[in-house]
Amino acid sequence: MIDQYASVRFNEKVAQETFLMGLESQEIANKAEPGHFVMIRVSEGTDPLLRRPFSICSVEGENLFLILYRIVGQGTLIMSKAGKGERLSVLGPLGRGFEMPQSEEVPILVAGGVGIAPIIFLAQRLGSHKALLMAGFRTSDEIVDKKVCGLLDYQISIATDDGTAGHLGFVTDLLEDHVDSNKKETPSVFACGPTPMLKKVAALTQSRGIPCQVSLESLMACGVGACQGCAVQAASAEKQAYFHVCEDGPVFYSKSIAWECLA
Amino acid sequence: MNSGLGQGFSILQHDDSNSCRFGLAQSRVLYARFITWNNIMDKIDLRVRIGSLELKNPVMTASGTFGYGQEFYPLVDPGQLGAVVVKGLSLKPRIGNPPPRIVETPSGMLNAIGLANIGLERFLKEKLPWLENMNAVVIVNIYGHSVAEYGEVAAGLKGVAGISGIEVNVSCPNVECGGMAFGTDPEVTARVTEQVLKNSDKPVIVKLSPNVTDIRSVARAAESAGADGLSVINTLTGMVIDIEKRVPKLANLLGGLSGPAIRPVALHKVYQVVQAVHIPVIGLGGIVNHRDALEFLIAGARAVQVGTANFMKPTATLDIIEGLRVYCEEQGIARIEDLIGTLEVN
Repeated sequence: MIDQYASVRFNEKVAQETFLMGLESQEIANKAEPGHFVMIRVSEGTDPLLRRPFSICSVEGENLFLILYRIVGQGTLIMSKAGKGERLSVLGPLGRGFEMPQSEEVPILVAGGVGIAPIIFLAQRLGSHKALLMAGFRTSDEIVDKKVCGLLDYQISIATDDGTAGHLGFVTDLLEDHVDSNKKETPSVFACGPTPMLKKVAALTQSRGIPCQVSLESLMACGVGACQGCAVQAASAEKQAYFHVCEDGPVFYSKSIAWECLA
Repeated sequence: MNSGLGQGFSILQHDDSNSCRFGLAQSRVLYARFITWNNIMDKIDLRVRIGSLELKNPVMTASGTFGYGQEFYPLVDPGQLGAVVVKGLSLKPRIGNPPPRIVETPSGMLNAIGLANIGLERFLKEKLPWLENMNAVVIVNIYGHSVAEYGEVAAGLKGVAGISGIEVNVSCPNVECGGMAFGTDPEVTARVTEQVLKNSDKPVIVKLSPNVTDIRSVARAAESAGADGLSVINTLTGMVIDIEKRVPKLANLLGGLSGPAIRPVALHKVYQVVQAVHIPVIGLGGIVNHRDALEFLIAGARAVQVGTANFMKPTATLDIIEGLRVYCEEQGIARIEDLIGTLEVN
């Protein structure tokens, strides 16, 4: 766990309401694994009070890590205005990341909206010769270009809710089509996105016996397991009633989550 | 962290950081000051007494914000703190409330964790040995469903080496029975206090709720019952509504408000309680830096607890300890105890 001020190298708008920020920290860049997150204090004042959690979406070179975020409230709005050279207090890398797929498995990476952040990091690590990537967005303006993601090698299957790009519908349609028409494959699914999408991915993989890891999002205060604020209900077969997204996750096997309790 | 040269210097820089750029002359002055300061620094006595409990400095963690002491390690060495007040423990493990459990508010946050904890037995087996090993002064915050159960938890801690004190939580707003229901009634507060004292061989501190008409009457009740000290205050009750869905943002509806938003309220309650009782008072509520901590000490608190600030800045407690040292040096105060309760009121 590193607690330091990291310099903003760039902070660019890459899609509608969506920003890519590069932060300089050799220690965090070295330790980061796909699925890890950082807690960022967006301003030195007391309002907003709490740090914001962000998945690490890429590591470049020796001392740069990237986060991809969408303006959803006061904190991310302040963050979107951070200029080059500004120093932000960063705590990380935190959490439990993705477990890598077995060699015989075909990794299928499924992203929804800005939930593509940890999926990008995983995709870079896995390589396009191995993994398939499908991403859903609400509309074409929200699509993050694959050049920006550092995923030029990938054929990314796109779905949009309004049909302005790719498949008209949800990314889960693409996933369902793929697994049902490639039954000889041994797939392993990795997903991050809005809760309704993850619920669908969980149901779809569970009914077909496909292993699936999801990266969950939650409000957090501490990020290290101290406050127990980021509880998520565990499936009844689990030994504990609640997991804490910050320390037990943010990546979980989807079968360990009580999806019916997630709003 | 430690009182090494580098650390001390960085504190001075930090304090002057508003005027950011140093000229050469300024640097020389600063360096001269730094040499003098470093000599004096080791002589400044930050020790405080809370009844029979002697602490190396007046800065503790507040229960529920620092886990069981290990969560922020190695950023914070719990052995450097005045004391670590661990997450509220009950006899049996508690799973806590359904999510959402937290929501941010202006300069504060609401929580309704519901006293999720691993229970007394696992704490003693899995968490305490590490804290002992770190030479941490451990105060265990306890909670019970009934007056009798408070006694049972206290009895479970009796004779356990490595625990320096008990903090009795009669002020948690997020549980159905016990908690605040006990702490808002002076008579019940007294009964809980007596029950814990009867079953304990350690100093007993009672943590008071601000959600009462007159906190002084509850404070006096705890004092009369024999409490060794009081922690003032626990969180204030509050709620937030999601206007799109027209539902409370917390699954529990109400939560406990903490953070800088409550600091002036907390400070006044501490001031009131200090005037009303003769036992030591520990002040808490929205303390994020040493200046905040100083207000509570000047008002008469013998120590402070740092809670929500740990989430903003994991090293908040350590920064506050260093900040207090620097303040004492600048004010020519040799012993921090000389500062306690020095408020002048016309």
